[in-house]
Amino acid sequence: MSEQGDDGARPMAWVLGRLIESRWTLAAATVAVAVVAALPEPGWLVPALAIAGVAAVAIAAPRRMVVGRSREADRDGSDPLDGVGSRDLAAAVPDPMILFDAHGVIVHVNPAAVVAFGQLAPGMALHLRFRAPEMHALIEGVLADAATARAIDYVERVPLERVFRVTASAVGREDGLLALVFKDQSEARRIDRMRADFIANASHELRTPLASIAGFVETLRGPAKNDPSAREHFLKIMQDQTGRMARLIDDLLSLSRLEMKPYARTGTPLDVRGIVDAVVDSLGPLAAESGVTVERRMPDNPSWVSGDRDELFQVFENLLENAIKYGQSGGRVEVEIVPSATGARDGVQVRFRDYGPGIAEEHIPRITERFYRVDVESSRSRKGTGLGLAIVKHILTRHGGWLDVHSAVGSGSTFTAHFPPPTSAR
Amino acid sequence: MQSQHTMRAYDQELKFLATRIGAMGGHAERMVDEAVAALVHSDGSLAAKVIGDDELLDAGQREVDDKAIVIIAKRQPMAADLREIIGAIRISADLERVGDLGKNIAKRVGAIARERQPVSLFRGLQSLAELALTQLKEVLDAYASRSVEKIAFVRDRDDRIDAMYTSLFRELLTYMMEDPRNISACTHLLFCAKNIERIGDHATNIAETVYYIVTGEQMPPERSKEDKSHKVMLDARETAER
Repeated sequence: MSEQGDDGARPMAWVLGRLIESRWTLAAATVAVAVVAALPEPGWLVPALAIAGVAAVAIAAPRRMVVGRSREADRDGSDPLDGVGSRDLAAAVPDPMILFDAHGVIVHVNPAAVVAFGQLAPGMALHLRFRAPEMHALIEGVLADAATARAIDYVERVPLERVFRVTASAVGREDGLLALVFKDQSEARRIDRMRADFIANASHELRTPLASIAGFVETLRGPAKNDPSAREHFLKIMQDQTGRMARLIDDLLSLSRLEMKPYARTGTPLDVRGIVDAVVDSLGPLAAESGVTVERRMPDNPSWVSGDRDELFQVFENLLENAIKYGQSGGRVEVEIVPSATGARDGVQVRFRDYGPGIAEEHIPRITERFYRVDVESSRSRKGTGLGLAIVKHILTRHGGWLDVHSAVGSGSTFTAHFPPPTSAR
Repeated sequence: MQSQHTMRAYDQELKFLATRIGAMGGHAERMVDEAVAALVHSDGSLAAKVIGDDELLDAGQREVDDKAIVIIAKRQPMAADLREIIGAIRISADLERVGDLGKNIAKRVGAIARERQPVSLFRGLQSLAELALTQLKEVLDAYASRSVEKIAFVRDRDDRIDAMYTSLFRELLTYMMEDPRNISACTHLLFCAKNIERIGDHATNIAETVYYIVTGEQMPPERSKEDKSHKVMLDARETAER
């Protein structure tokens, strides 16, 4: 093996190698010669026995060496793994993996599983956490007959839809340890669904502006053919409608893209102050145009949130844009970062307070639904697509956070984005 | 030797109860999910499957009850074990009710799907169902991990379910006033919404039971009802303005 590579380069080593290779035959021959030489009267029997002995050693030795070598190879192969704990191995697996015993009790969960499924700890019954009928069938099946590995598709609907290919198999042979490995296939499933959803949503929402444009075209070709002022007016409306359709498609695409991204709560810790500052600056022109002053209240210390910078930017942008547009009559909007302190949910809150007309109580629970509009007319006139808060909600859910809305008619609204502490990957 | 063997059999019996609860929970979650999916997609065969699945939950509840009574009679359990067993009886009863409510939603699919309904009619119901399912999943996860930290938030979410239900109630009334042809579908949808809201209540009950199993104490009573649908009145002029 490796010695052969050195053969040409080092003749001494080669000679030594050859000698070592035939060491048994050499030793046997030396013993035989010594025995024959030591005996005063060798006769014919002793040399014959000596030759037979040498021959026997020569036959036996290579086999022993082969065995010896293969043992050596074995030891070489497993050497790098000595000292590596099975926990380290499990931790290196990027997919969620759960080890359990013959009673269905969890023995070990790797970090990926904790990120994906949250509260999982050794000692918990697997049946209780994975309750779907097909998961029960899978676990029962592999507990009854550990020899055959099985696989199923497992779907978790809430809080975000995730699809896993789950494989159950035995680990090793005798200790009765079994493993569940989850392969996240949400992305493939979502691409399928995205097409259907996009068509359903888009066709429904695009129909209205399209119908209106078609109507104006008809009017322009017919009754308003020679009426310049009406033509100008209608063309303006048509332009607004096409702009609305374009924005709608942008928002739908952005929502679909978000839904396609894999679910990962871990991210780099970011200081939200920087992001909020950037958002306030980028919306400065809109605020000035609407006659709204934006007041910032930032803490002196960094407020850490783990997540994706672009997604968080979009959250704050949508919230501030809403506050400016719908709270325009109040004349000011307050943006505040609060390090929240509510028990186990220590984290950061970002508040957007406007002094506009407020939202009626019955609408508050519904405003994060897609295409839900408190007031269709005012939303359209302010260039809303009905998707802004749906996007906000989706991003916050992905970050393990949530949106809180407080509002009273006549006194304005407060939208609060809550984030868990950055260590929440646990 | 004998006592150790007995203990192990006892542990096995308790574990069996918990496993049955897990299986019932899985079926209940699936039924609610599929019932709402059947409703939204007007899927009659899925609805029929949900109606059939209810039998599994009924059987599960009977099994848990029988087993629990046998354990109490045989082992005379105390303290945590007793709470565990009583808790299993209560949770299985709640899950069985959740199954009934899911079945009731599935039964209405035929009546609602008779005419093609606009998607917007179902959006509110879908997000209501999503809230209730999250609620159910969280309490069953809390039962699995025996951790009560998250249970306080279950009540927060129940308030949100109630608020959403009230809002949905109002929306459906509006549709009915706009066009009398909507009345039959909207009435069925109203019952579906009520069923989902009830599922949230059962999830809250389970949360209280889990709290009791883990801590041995009753959850402190603080329940502010957000369900204001009993006060919702729409007047014809208000609708005309819309």
